[in-house]
Amino acid sequence: MTDHPIFKHGWIVVLAVGICAPALLSSYDLNLLGRFLAMAILAIGIVLIWGEAGILTLGQGVFFGMGGYCIAMYLKLSSLEAGALPDFMEWSGVSALPWWWVPFANPVLALLAIIVVPAVFSGVFAWLVFRRRIVGVYFALITQAVALTFATLLTSQQNTTGGYNGLTGFQTIFGLELGTTDGNRTLYWVTLAILALVFAATRWLIGSRYGTVLRATRDGENRVRFLGYNTTPYKVVAFALSAVFAAIGGALFTLHAGVVSPAFVGVVPSIEMIVWVAVGGRHSLWGAISGVLIVNFAKDMISSALPEAWLYVLGLVFILVVMFLPNGLAGLVDDLWQKYRTRDGSNDMAGSTGALEESK
Amino acid sequence: MLDATLLAGQVFNGFSVASLFVLAALGLALSFGLMRVINMAHGEMLMLGGYLAYLTYLVVPGPLAILVAMPVAFLGAALLGAVLELTVIRKLAARPLDTLLATWGVSLILQQAARSIFGPIGVGVTAPDWLNTGFLLAGVYIPSTRLFILAVAVVVLAVLGLVIARTRLGLLVRAVNQDRMMAAASGINVRRVDLAVFCLGTGIAGLAGVVLSLLGPVTPSVGQSYIVPAFLVVVMGGLGSMVGTTVAAIILGLVSAISQIFLDVSMSQVLMLLSVIVFLQFRPQGVVATRSRALEE
Amino acid sequence: MTADAHPAPYLLKVDGITVDFDGFKAIDNFSMTLDRGQLRVLIGPNGAGKSTLCDTIIGRVQSAAGRVSFNDEDITNLPEYEIVRRGICRKFQTPGVLPSLSVRDNLAVAAQKDRRWWRGFGRGVRKAEAVRVDEILEQVGLAARATTLAADLAHGEKQWLEIGMVVATEAELLLLDEPTAGMGPNETSKTAKLIHSLLGKHAVLVIDHDMSFVEELGAKVTVMHQGKFLKQGSVAQVRADPEVAAVYLGRAKE
Repeated sequence: MTDHPIFKHGWIVVLAVGICAPALLSSYDLNLLGRFLAMAILAIGIVLIWGEAGILTLGQGVFFGMGGYCIAMYLKLSSLEAGALPDFMEWSGVSALPWWWVPFANPVLALLAIIVVPAVFSGVFAWLVFRRRIVGVYFALITQAVALTFATLLTSQQNTTGGYNGLTGFQTIFGLELGTTDGNRTLYWVTLAILALVFAATRWLIGSRYGTVLRATRDGENRVRFLGYNTTPYKVVAFALSAVFAAIGGALFTLHAGVVSPAFVGVVPSIEMIVWVAVGGRHSLWGAISGVLIVNFAKDMISSALPEAWLYVLGLVFILVVMFLPNGLAGLVDDLWQKYRTRDGSNDMAGSTGALEESK
Repeated sequence: MLDATLLAGQVFNGFSVASLFVLAALGLALSFGLMRVINMAHGEMLMLGGYLAYLTYLVVPGPLAILVAMPVAFLGAALLGAVLELTVIRKLAARPLDTLLATWGVSLILQQAARSIFGPIGVGVTAPDWLNTGFLLAGVYIPSTRLFILAVAVVVLAVLGLVIARTRLGLLVRAVNQDRMMAAASGINVRRVDLAVFCLGTGIAGLAGVVLSLLGPVTPSVGQSYIVPAFLVVVMGGLGSMVGTTVAAIILGLVSAISQIFLDVSMSQVLMLLSVIVFLQFRPQGVVATRSRALEE
Repeated sequence: MTADAHPAPYLLKVDGITVDFDGFKAIDNFSMTLDRGQLRVLIGPNGAGKSTLCDTIIGRVQSAAGRVSFNDEDITNLPEYEIVRRGICRKFQTPGVLPSLSVRDNLAVAAQKDRRWWRGFGRGVRKAEAVRVDEILEQVGLAARATTLAADLAHGEKQWLEIGMVVATEAELLLLDEPTAGMGPNETSKTAKLIHSLLGKHAVLVIDHDMSFVEELGAKVTVMHQGKFLKQGSVAQVRADPEVAAVYLGRAKE
């Protein structure tokens, strides 16, 4: 879809801007940008599962939160003296660290958990649901229920999760002072690098034979099954990958924001994540990243000027985009480009080489 | 050990929770069966019903206000449903997932509108005295409000069953449900049937809102707390079947109420979700199965 | 292949299959056999159970009784992808092409031999499969349309593409459900030629009710009625059969 020059060579410009940003922006703005880039990692996962595989999930907040809580638990424990309990546990009279907190005292295990916990959870969940061929609207509704349940659980198990306020009050990670200008800058670089890596990996995956079969499943899952494919593992893997991306994004976001709470996990934030990608374009990696930046900068501006108006704007934008721009801004750019080309007379459409063709 | 009266009480509670689920889910299930779309703003139809009940109480106070509020809420929600169907859902007819997203946008706007008009705190509706009582049945205290809700659900189910089985609208609905293309080809105005069913469904949600207002304050997000279980009921019930919806609602209502003897509310929510996933392992097509000849469905 | 060393008497053997849809017997104790490399046409009035029979063979519908064997192996009620892997592939009534993939990608997905997900982490089509895709593009006459999205094909072209996909799996048995639906006379006879070119390497079971097409195929015909076996023979024999005529004209009311 997006094979025209803007998208082919645009990455050079984007990367250049990304690299120059720390020199140009204030520490506050850089922190904001860093958060959005962390969200963009999650958005890439949504392109994979929703755009490529055609599976709408309304529960990405769950995995975003899992990543966030994994890193936050480590940060919380590392800031304590040996044997001490996090403040909120002491306030609610918990006398010993719950067993599932214990591994998070170890930095390696905590970092591993950011990947392993969402991968296992999403994999088992998706396998249970997909193997019974529950798809489409049914699947979307079940994922939404998961988001609601996870958020409720985090809020109500106040003793061990920090409840409504979540986990906050972090100081350092691996010797890096969080919240300082230096800290912000380093975090920004890390986030940018991981985003570039995830972007490149996903792009490669979309172009692979796996990616073609995934798109084939989106077009006609039964046809693909009747060509001899067991489509369930294809979908489970895509869902698990998108969950892991969401968790990585969540962990980085938590480092930037200095807090993780159920507010990032529930039904509304999960759908908001879909809005980013819907606005940018569900079939385009660049589109998704732009969507994250546009929607979130707009949110930042509108909700500080007119807090009441933001939800109206969000709702309206969503309705309009879904109804009139189903492929988002990337689709719009694409259409305009095609129109420009046909008017230009140089109407060579041969550029769309399929991913399965031999690329030698 | 487990106390028999406690259990009996929770079973009764389960049925009353189930009747709320039924009222919230019926409209969803009806239009899902017919058009394969889910209206994410359905919860806000409950909310609207609640606020209309509140307004009715302001205009006609008195013990029978609730009986006035019910038709008002039904009509109000049905009207809003008609607007929604004509402006958004019809335009997205063949794209169920996009319909889901667009109607979520509507839901967000309606919630914010309620917040702007009525404030974020919520408004109270006091149940009339004749509902503020209760009685003991075999050692179990039965509050009248809960019994009233149960009665409303039973009446709605009965009336809806009659409409589907006996009226011309019901005949059309069954025809379109069975084979949309054939129904259209034989001269049925399929779109009008869609609209009628959608309005009927949102109207029922409006009624459910009145009933909800008896249990607690009406807030801008009141619909949200009931809508996710209602979605699960639809998923579990099978394509748009009234029987399936009712059975699924009863199962989930009982799971929710009985598990709360042992667990807190959030864990019982987890259990509800798990039971849906486990259920679908055995009956992925839902309580009531339908068959289709199309390759992709 | 061991099947070649000890050839089973039949490629496909349907033995007393019964399919029950909530009390309605869509297929009632139906049996038939098919030899390797042969063409067979299955006809019958609407609702005779032809498509349901295909559904049963490829595992889309569970049978209540009876047995389907393929190359002497019982394949009754296996999952559909397992049945395809053993060498049966089906073209559906409404063309089941993959609209957002190019014609070539449609065929490449079908031609891929190793269909396990982790083998997909690589780029490009394997050499032998790419050659096969090119052959099929020629065979079904879509070579000039290779980079077109399947969604943009004409209806007849979609039918051919799906036949091509089914062929690309190199299945020994192809089930073609109404391959000429929506085609004009020219396209229909082109399809008949295409089907003839497949024989020998593949056995083909065609479902259709267009009698002129059936005549053009000129193969042995099996007639189904109300889920039961009715008659079998050449086109001429079946045409002349009073019972078949009665069924088609609706006079057979038992």
